[in-house]
Amino acid sequence: MDSLMQLLRKLWIFVRREKFESELNEEMAFHREQAANEFQAAGMAAEAAQNAARRRFGNDTHLQERSHDVVAFGFETALQDFRFAIRQLRKNPGFATTAILIFTLGICTSVSIFGFVDAALIKPLPYQNPSRLVGVYESAARISRSNLSYLDFLDWKKRNRVFTSLDVWNGTGYLLKTSDGVQPARSVRVSAGFFRTLGVNPVLGRDFDPEEDLPGAPRTAILSYAAWQKWFGAREDVVGQTVALSNVSYVIVGVLPREFQFAPRGSADFWTVLDGSNSCEKRRSCHNLFGLARLKDGVSVEMASAEMKSIAKQLEAEYPGSNRDQGAAVMPLSESIVGDVRPILLVLLGGAGLLLLIACVNVTSLLLARSEGRKREIAVRGALGASFVRLVRQFATEGLALVVAGGALGVIAAGWLMRLLTKLIPAQMLAGMPYLNGLGLNLRVLAFACGLAILAAALFGIAPILRAPILDVRDGLAEGSRGSTGRMWRRFGANLVVVELAIAVVLLAGAGLLGKSFYRLMHVELGFQPDHLATLGVAVPDTMYKSDEQRVALVRRVVSRVASLPGVKAVGLTTLLPVSYNGNTDWIRIVGKPFHGEHNEVNERDVSSDYFTTLQAKLVHGRFFTDAEDASKPRVAVINETLAKQYFPEEDPIGKKFGDGDLTPNSLREIIGVVEDIREGPLDSKIWPAEYLPFNQSPDTFFAVVLRTSQAEQSVLPTLSLAIRSIDPSIGIDSEDTMCGKIDDSQTAYLHRSSAWLVGGFAALALLLGVVGLYGVISYAVSQRTREIGMRMALGAPPRCVYQLILKEAGWLIAVGIASGLICAVIAATLMHKLLFGVESWDAPTLCGVASVLGLCALCAAFVPARRAASLDPVEVLRAE
Amino acid sequence: MPTKPDLMPGTLDMLILKMLTRSPQHGYGIALSIKRLSEDFLTVEEGSLYPALQRLLLQGWVKAEWKKTETNRRARFYSLTSAGRKQLGLELSQFEEMIAAIGRVLEGA
Repeated sequence: MDSLMQLLRKLWIFVRREKFESELNEEMAFHREQAANEFQAAGMAAEAAQNAARRRFGNDTHLQERSHDVVAFGFETALQDFRFAIRQLRKNPGFATTAILIFTLGICTSVSIFGFVDAALIKPLPYQNPSRLVGVYESAARISRSNLSYLDFLDWKKRNRVFTSLDVWNGTGYLLKTSDGVQPARSVRVSAGFFRTLGVNPVLGRDFDPEEDLPGAPRTAILSYAAWQKWFGAREDVVGQTVALSNVSYVIVGVLPREFQFAPRGSADFWTVLDGSNSCEKRRSCHNLFGLARLKDGVSVEMASAEMKSIAKQLEAEYPGSNRDQGAAVMPLSESIVGDVRPILLVLLGGAGLLLLIACVNVTSLLLARSEGRKREIAVRGALGASFVRLVRQFATEGLALVVAGGALGVIAAGWLMRLLTKLIPAQMLAGMPYLNGLGLNLRVLAFACGLAILAAALFGIAPILRAPILDVRDGLAEGSRGSTGRMWRRFGANLVVVELAIAVVLLAGAGLLGKSFYRLMHVELGFQPDHLATLGVAVPDTMYKSDEQRVALVRRVVSRVASLPGVKAVGLTTLLPVSYNGNTDWIRIVGKPFHGEHNEVNERDVSSDYFTTLQAKLVHGRFFTDAEDASKPRVAVINETLAKQYFPEEDPIGKKFGDGDLTPNSLREIIGVVEDIREGPLDSKIWPAEYLPFNQSPDTFFAVVLRTSQAEQSVLPTLSLAIRSIDPSIGIDSEDTMCGKIDDSQTAYLHRSSAWLVGGFAALALLLGVVGLYGVISYAVSQRTREIGMRMALGAPPRCVYQLILKEAGWLIAVGIASGLICAVIAATLMHKLLFGVESWDAPTLCGVASVLGLCALCAAFVPARRAASLDPVEVLRAE
Repeated sequence: MPTKPDLMPGTLDMLILKMLTRSPQHGYGIALSIKRLSEDFLTVEEGSLYPALQRLLLQGWVKAEWKKTETNRRARFYSLTSAGRKQLGLELSQFEEMIAAIGRVLEGA
């Protein structure tokens, strides 16, 4: 009750604050007057009495403050400090703008990169209890994580005791008739329990029933929310309708929630049941599925992995022909989704953190230099009654004002920067990163920003206090005093500059190494000429083109139609474009060589006769195919140099034969040519042995068309799809692109490019900040030593000596900064070796380049104040003192 | 000027309240009364007096009013409230107990 009354009284005083002040003033003036009267009555002269009263009374402002403290709320003084801080900053707009901008820059980069880290690495996947979900893979000699075969999956499902459920999925494409013609629709085939394993329920209709993936069950499909909106008008009665996918009808049983995502497949429109009925799924040696499982309670990933490995061992013993060397691998689902981007994100976060650090150091040294300049002001305020605590608080508040302004601007800018960076991610890659949908200024990101701001505020507030001449009132008031503090600041500021330069070196070296990696990556030997190549994917409805003859005939029409387009010089086909991935492999056995059932895994590509000439790949030996080499002719193959070297060392492979593990007669092929290695996998991957088989001998319904043009390759893309559709409107077409565009947008290139550019940007800013910091320190040193320099010159020192004096000091700082930076840079580069390609972390040219760039810039920055010092007029300097 | 001993902590509020029991007084009057009654032994620093008065006002133990002095000057007069009177009684008895206890300790030693 009492405290409530007190609060009310405080509030009452608060709203009448001015009245309170004036009354207090009047009361104290009255007191003083009475005291003066008393002294006068005791026989003092009037003036002396007044002075005595005032002396006894003490510092007016100080006394008022003390009464004020009793009745004021705590925040009032804080507010007062804050207002004063803002006034101080506004009085010095140059300083305020610089400091706020630098801090904004640091916060903006750190917060936006953290936004990505949060979206990709911290925010849990949108499934029930996502940490218990794992990806399940087979492993082979060459591939640590490969696809599962359907029959292995059935055995794994039956035998394991570590998963509450194990399901499989694989991506597929269906042709869908829409009002805009036939479109390929990205889709996924899943075993019936797939959505139950994820813990996702359809918003409309039902999930697949457990028996629905048994052979013979009616064909059913679940729609993605987007497909429901796009093609079915979001009608509720869609459940129960049938839809024709690649000319086969499916009953729609459900619609997935709007926020549902499945990153491993990116976007997918139709989800159908996988019943093991296709030809691949009937063979244990055909691996086409991805496993997804939920761990039982108390089972760790390691335990699950060990169990699956032992089951794989059993299967290897039971089916030695198909399962030799087939192991198992289990990893957290989140790891399988973001494993690729984790190192780059962490490197970027590290880079942004260093930039923030350098920005903070820079602002700190600005604040220090300023507090030095305000020594007199502080002394005056101390003399006028400001207590030590109050002065300290004032500094802290000024730091806080900077942080609040810079932080707020930085967070706003970060929101904007995140959107910008997302726009720079190629659309296809973005589709595979649905977790970025949640990117933005959410609570975690804001909390991170606040954390950074608090740290920075502490730094900015404490740094000036630690070395403030606050209490040394007389020293501060004395005109022209320059005692120990000047020297102290120089030493402290110098240490800060060394830190700044070292960080700049680390960032520059990182950017240099990443840039060099990117350059190496983009100049890696491809084995073909990527310029002037256009490509597109074609899907042929297999229900309409059932026989090989029909398919070959169609493909010949496609090639001749495309070849007749203006500007097209050559046309080729392949089942899989180069610079995509190593996979789609075949196990070969070479006739006449010892064989013990091992899996000789090689890339298999079915290509048309003109494919190699279109790519301008180089023939090493023998010949390429002819268009006439179809099923009626002997089966032939072209191999790459790596296969030739690995399986035919020091012999001529031309004329040799190979086949499958059992050398089944119709699998035997004769090698007719050796082609120089074509990079089939990503830019940074190793070349695998590869076999190229005539498309006409095993025609597929999915293939890619590649054409070489005489003009700019983009210009043919629109006419290209029209031309192919004109042959048969039921053909599906997608991913029209240029080969160079495909390579530039490939994940490897993108990751390397973005990390090189972003770290490069950080480094450029760090260089700027570091050099500016050095300039500040040297300028300050010169201004402090003006008198000494003037004296030296008056005593006959030539300008050369003055240059020497200043540049020696700067050179020392630069040398220490660069040397320590180089050591840190090598350590940092070793930590990010995963992102380096074709470059060692101690790459001498890069490090030397960085050292000389930074050294040169820094010397230039030091030269300016040195010049100013050398051109001083000694007479003026000494007179001014 | 010889240094005067500091007032015992916590006693200033009590002294102020006591000075106001007979009639309302202004700040200067309170200081003067304390000085006179202690025969110049206790001097209340103005720097302590006014913050203490603000404190007492906040607690509701005294109330303030602007009035004319005998010399026709405007001054703020403080007077005791009933809560203040109660508080004074409490503080006096506590103070007496304290003095008695200290006395016993000193005699016993």
